[in-house]
Amino acid sequence: MFIVKYIKDVFSGIKSLLVGMRRTGYYFTHHKEIITEQYPDNRDTLKLPERFKGEVVMPHDANNEHRCTGCTACELACPNGTIKVVTKFDITPDGKKKKAIDKLVYHLELCTMCNLCIVACPSDAIVMAQTFEHSVFDRAELTKILNNPGSRIMDGVE
Amino acid sequence: MPLTSAFSIPFSRFDIHKMWSLTDITTNIHDWLNETFSPTWVLIIEMVIAGIAVIGLFAVLGLVLVIMERKVSAWMQIRLGPNRVGPKGLLQSLADTLKLLVKEGLTPGGADKFLFNLAPIIALVVAMLLMAPIAFAKDFQLWNLNIGVLYVSAVSSLMVISILMAGWSSNNKYSLMGAMRSGAQIVSYELSAGLSILTIVVLAGSLNIPDIIYSQADGWWIFKGHIPALIAFVIFIIAVTAETNRAPFDLAEAESELTAGFHTEYSGMKFALFFLAEYVNVFIVCAIGATLFLGGWMPFHIGNWEAFNHVMDYIPSSIWFFGKTFFLIFVIMWFRWTFPRLRIDQLLNLEWKYLLPISMFNLILVTAIAILKWHF
Repeated sequence: MFIVKYIKDVFSGIKSLLVGMRRTGYYFTHHKEIITEQYPDNRDTLKLPERFKGEVVMPHDANNEHRCTGCTACELACPNGTIKVVTKFDITPDGKKKKAIDKLVYHLELCTMCNLCIVACPSDAIVMAQTFEHSVFDRAELTKILNNPGSRIMDGVE
Repeated sequence: MPLTSAFSIPFSRFDIHKMWSLTDITTNIHDWLNETFSPTWVLIIEMVIAGIAVIGLFAVLGLVLVIMERKVSAWMQIRLGPNRVGPKGLLQSLADTLKLLVKEGLTPGGADKFLFNLAPIIALVVAMLLMAPIAFAKDFQLWNLNIGVLYVSAVSSLMVISILMAGWSSNNKYSLMGAMRSGAQIVSYELSAGLSILTIVVLAGSLNIPDIIYSQADGWWIFKGHIPALIAFVIFIIAVTAETNRAPFDLAEAESELTAGFHTEYSGMKFALFFLAEYVNVFIVCAIGATLFLGGWMPFHIGNWEAFNHVMDYIPSSIWFFGKTFFLIFVIMWFRWTFPRLRIDQLLNLEWKYLLPISMFNLILVTAIAILKWHF
């Protein structure tokens, strides 16, 4: 019947609108739900979520050792040439040559924080840091060398 | 144009309790002016006072409604809203107005300069004309004319002229499209707004706004008129939301498709006039809705609860009026920040297939109720 469908349409339409209004009315009256972060004021207490991607860093332990083997998987994975791995050959105590990183150059100004390098890394040497205040006056400062000077690879990481 | 309207019907119920009233102030001013000046000068001075009062109300309404809209929208979207300028951000709209005042009012090279500059003024003048018959408090209105409701619905349809004028003279395709959409929308939604106003006119038996308010002394029409009055109220709110070009019916502006619709090319104070006119129109349609359905400045009374009714009578009538009006404004803002925008065909379907037939049927029903005296 046409008229039954018409009346049903009217009531279901009103009902769906009321459901939406109930939701916004709930938010209007419940100010605890507000998610706004008043950023420069709450810089000290700011809590970023775990998955926030600020920049690529290479963690070092207390002995100034990192986990990077210099396999260049991150360099290959990067879609816009942000990472450049400069390798060298170390001489191991038993006289063999071993590939290691000299410098891991990271161009923050090119990075889109896509996380592909982190996913590609087989030895979990690089992670995303939660820093995000990257503004500098000279763009040369955005080209970073991720491994600390004098650092070496951790034992047992192949 | 005397500031006070002399309402002839004595109403004993309200004489018992001396309500704090704007009427006393205006009567005192009127008497003092009559003692001091000749009648011609009294008329001129009173017109100037009324004009200044309306302009002042405009400015205050613009500031208050803009900050209200921004706060309501923020809280509904789980945001904080403006909170930097002044205490709790309440002076934000004042700062914005100052910014707009000092900006250049640019006129595009290809525009029709006369019409382009005339359009925002017409928008504002129409909004000002609509202020005339509204009863802001007990016996307090600018112009008590016997066809107040008809006057409001007639003058409010002039709004479309300023929008079409702005859209056409801007010489911009987005402006013209926005203006044309707005024309189609306002012309079609006026019908159901008019029909839902008519239901109350039928029940109250008068087009005079004080008459309609006094007919609600024993209960507002939304309660007295049973379900048909409720349906008329819902249709009225939907139709006036569309008439004032607000979301979900803001096709005339449609930021995402038409940049800003008819006021794309406007800047500075000319833009501000359109903005102000929009908010003042929202205030006016809500005031009309409050007058027709919620009893205007009439206090809320429940049957025979004498004590409760006495307490209600002590609240000034202007507070009742503005409270109801701002409640309706809040409802319309609630719509805006909840519902998605309609497409133009959905918009016209809603009017011609749903609102108009329902309100016509509703009008017949209300007429039957009024004739058979079924209302309370």
